[in-house]
Amino acid sequence: MTVPLLYALAGTVLCGIGLLGLLWLSHLLRKLLAFNILGSGVFLVLVGLPQHQGGPDPVPQALVLTGIVVAIAATALAVVLIRRYYHLSGMTSLEDEPPARKGGRQ
Amino acid sequence: MIEFLLDGLLVLALVATAAAALWSADLFRAVVMFMAFGVFMAAAWVRLQAPDIALAEAAIGAGLTGVLLLDAVSHFGRGAGDKPDPGDRE
Amino acid sequence: MMMGRMRTGLIVLACLVVTGVLASSIWTIAGNPAPVDLPRMLSENLERSGVEHPVTAVLLNFRSYDTLLEIGVLVIAGIAGISMAETTARADPNLRTGDTLLYALQRWFVPLMLVLAGYLLWAGADRPGGAFQAGAVLAAMGVLLRLGGTPMTFLRPGLLLRLGLITGFTVFLLVAVASAIAGEAFLAYPPALTRPLIVIIETTLTLSIAMVLLALFVSAPVNDAEDPDEGSPT
Repeated sequence: MTVPLLYALAGTVLCGIGLLGLLWLSHLLRKLLAFNILGSGVFLVLVGLPQHQGGPDPVPQALVLTGIVVAIAATALAVVLIRRYYHLSGMTSLEDEPPARKGGRQ
Repeated sequence: MIEFLLDGLLVLALVATAAAALWSADLFRAVVMFMAFGVFMAAAWVRLQAPDIALAEAAIGAGLTGVLLLDAVSHFGRGAGDKPDPGDRE
Repeated sequence: MMMGRMRTGLIVLACLVVTGVLASSIWTIAGNPAPVDLPRMLSENLERSGVEHPVTAVLLNFRSYDTLLEIGVLVIAGIAGISMAETTARADPNLRTGDTLLYALQRWFVPLMLVLAGYLLWAGADRPGGAFQAGAVLAAMGVLLRLGGTPMTFLRPGLLLRLGLITGFTVFLLVAVASAIAGEAFLAYPPALTRPLIVIIETTLTLSIAMVLLALFVSAPVNDAEDPDEGSPT
């Protein structure tokens, strides 16, 4: 058990937490947070596992760097969508009853 | 065993802030916990000998994503009667 | 009520099973030796790449295809976000912030962040840094300006916005196609030109990344009032 393997296992725990939050929570912003935590867990696994066997490895580091930038673009687009959805419908989740709210198209 | 102390504490902090970010009652507090999670992730990347990822995670994960989500949270749960702040009206 | 509890229990159980399978498979993989030694391969070929820092070499030379696709994805996300924007670029000087702390913060931090972004971009050749980090710092600088109410006319839908969004992807794609037309493989830089090409591509990539992230941030807020009509003046 070396340090990178510890972080890889921590990554799997974060994956589990993120997956649980993504499936269980109903508020859309919380689902987005859970999705980001899931992504961070995957990145930890992606870097921790090769570096346990071979030392610092630039290739998975480059892939994770790309992944972080794509993740924030997706998160920003998701925030735009969620805010538009909230503005148009007044709801913050995909299942609940809409609260009484003026300004949304019914 | 002692060399795992720092990394063990960091892993515990990661899991704790992640759980707090998802299951906080208050949405604002959840986003703040998520920003703390991003900072701890940057420290984890340094421990994994990946300074490029640490730089990117600190700037993007804790910084940009945090500001984006805080901006979103501050507009959620506003009723229709609130006056829009000057940052909104274009 | 009973269905709700069962559903919750099933979700928790499924996540626990997935986490357990993942952890056990990682443990198994960690026990086997790696099939290929990437760090050694990388250090043997590093001087052919044009830069001295291995991560930058991987991002912009050995795996430049991934970076090309990544900037393409970013441009698509930027287009999707901008198309849903209901905000303009805020040219009214009355909307500038009156908060003295934010104003002072802007005055001090914006030049610092510009210099930091330039340094990160340039330092990416032989130490940690590079286009992504510099683009993120530039985007953060733009967010700071935006929160302070400074007008940013380059974010209005128009020529400057379009140019800023597509420059990174287009330059990268042009370099890739040019080397394909010249007879080499797609995205193979000519060996004498690797360093200048990487510098040019990284610079345009930084600007495009910053522009996309900033445009997505600007597109997020929505008017609280009733929706304006389609085609409202920008």
